Amino acid sequence: MRADRGRLLSVLAAGLRDLSLAEEVLQEAAVSALSHWGRAGLPASPQGWLLQVARRKAIDRLRGAKRSNRHAQALTVLARDEAAPEPDAIPDERLRLIFACCHPALEPKSRVALTLRTVCGLTTPEIARAFLDAEPTMGQRISRAKAKITAAGIPFAIPEDDHWAERLETVLTTIYLIFTTGYVAGPDEPRDLCLEAEYLMRLIDRLRPEDAEIEGALAMMLLTAARRAARIGADGASLPPSEQDRRLWDHARISEGRDILARAVARRRPGPFQIKAAIADCQMAEPRPDWPQIAALYGALLRFEPTPVVQLNAAVAIAEAGDPARGLAMVETLSDLADYQPFHAARAALLAMTGDHQGAIAAYQHAIATAQTPAEALFLTRRMEGLGSGQGALGA
Amino acid sequence: MQYMLLIYNDPAKEPPYGTPAFNEMMGGYFAANERMKADGVLRSGEGLQGVETATSLRIKAGKVETMDGPFAETREHLGGYYVIDVPDLDAALTYAALIPSAHFGTIEVRPLMDYNPGA
Repeated sequence: MRADRGRLLSVLAAGLRDLSLAEEVLQEAAVSALSHWGRAGLPASPQGWLLQVARRKAIDRLRGAKRSNRHAQALTVLARDEAAPEPDAIPDERLRLIFACCHPALEPKSRVALTLRTVCGLTTPEIARAFLDAEPTMGQRISRAKAKITAAGIPFAIPEDDHWAERLETVLTTIYLIFTTGYVAGPDEPRDLCLEAEYLMRLIDRLRPEDAEIEGALAMMLLTAARRAARIGADGASLPPSEQDRRLWDHARISEGRDILARAVARRRPGPFQIKAAIADCQMAEPRPDWPQIAALYGALLRFEPTPVVQLNAAVAIAEAGDPARGLAMVETLSDLADYQPFHAARAALLAMTGDHQGAIAAYQHAIATAQTPAEALFLTRRMEGLGSGQGALGA
Repeated sequence: MQYMLLIYNDPAKEPPYGTPAFNEMMGGYFAANERMKADGVLRSGEGLQGVETATSLRIKAGKVETMDGPFAETREHLGGYYVIDVPDLDAALTYAALIPSAHFGTIEVRPLMDYNPGA
């Protein structure tokens, strides 16, 4: 059902260049179908029937509306499509729909909301709930984004080669943002955004096969999702991969993720998502995370994404790989991250590793006060308490 | 669709007249103009004199108020514009990226209103 609606919507939106209109006429066609199919029975191709009725409704609307160049263009396309319906071979335009919804001319949060709404078929209340937003606020965000697509002429098109890499990264980042939102919220929400993100990533991989970065992003998502059941310990504190109960990992997802990553790497077209997938894989190395390899991978990632956040992760990996003093020295240069909670958590851990327990406690206190979830705060509290059990400055 | 590409510049960041960087910028503008003309998308385009030459006007309660200076006191000022006619935003962004000032200023891409019913 979800796939059907997304496909029909993608075909209509690509022809009309207007997402709101496409949604409205598809909804009206569905209402007509309820009464018509009840009387006349199911048509040979329900999807073809819906598409044709939706197109006729769009023609009526556009003829009635104040005409403009854009309307004239849409009418020409509609007249052609309506005259020659292809009920048995409805094309799949969802990749075009996804690239429109994830256009960089839209705000990142709007990209997420539009993609969930149009491709995954989530309702506005479901999306609002996932982002802890009020429903009217989210509704306004979605209608503003749809209006901008139409007014600014954002195309329902797969980008040309010279923009492909940059635009694909925006799409993959948007889907990953959906995934992380679900990961933080947990699996008990009515709509599990991790599964929605996985659905989207698999869909893109199927519509555009043999692309190394799409495969890399899918692999990273599977390898991360595999640890989901183990990420919170029995006491409710979050756990890093090195301390998780490996029996709780999803081994089917791990092996699928590793296979896909191997296929991607064999294409010899390196990219940031493949590197992140490799890092996720090294986190699960036997019997403990392969920190020297993780540090090297973060070094490679820095060439694609020279951001302070990646530098922070690289510093932590270097410390874990056996050089905490160098890791800490790197962290101390990243003052841009003063408002970024993970900076304080990482700095606390590195101060503890270098023996500065007093500094570590201050940093832990800051990180705990600004932690995003109770599980994270509890994990950090345990770490801070663990310091006292040694011969730390505040020990005895 | 027609788009206006508005060129916003911070004069302090622009390469000074007479330097090789200035000549490179002018060469870049020349190349962008030629490309837009050759592709048949250029409708119009002009450069503006500096904000020190700007005069602003508004009418308050029927009375014309005239002021020295630009509308908004910002570091980046409107320095010129192009109007192009292209199929969609992606095409407009491709031409916007050809404008040399994108390297040290900002190009704002705005669709024009469609006043031409039924054309």
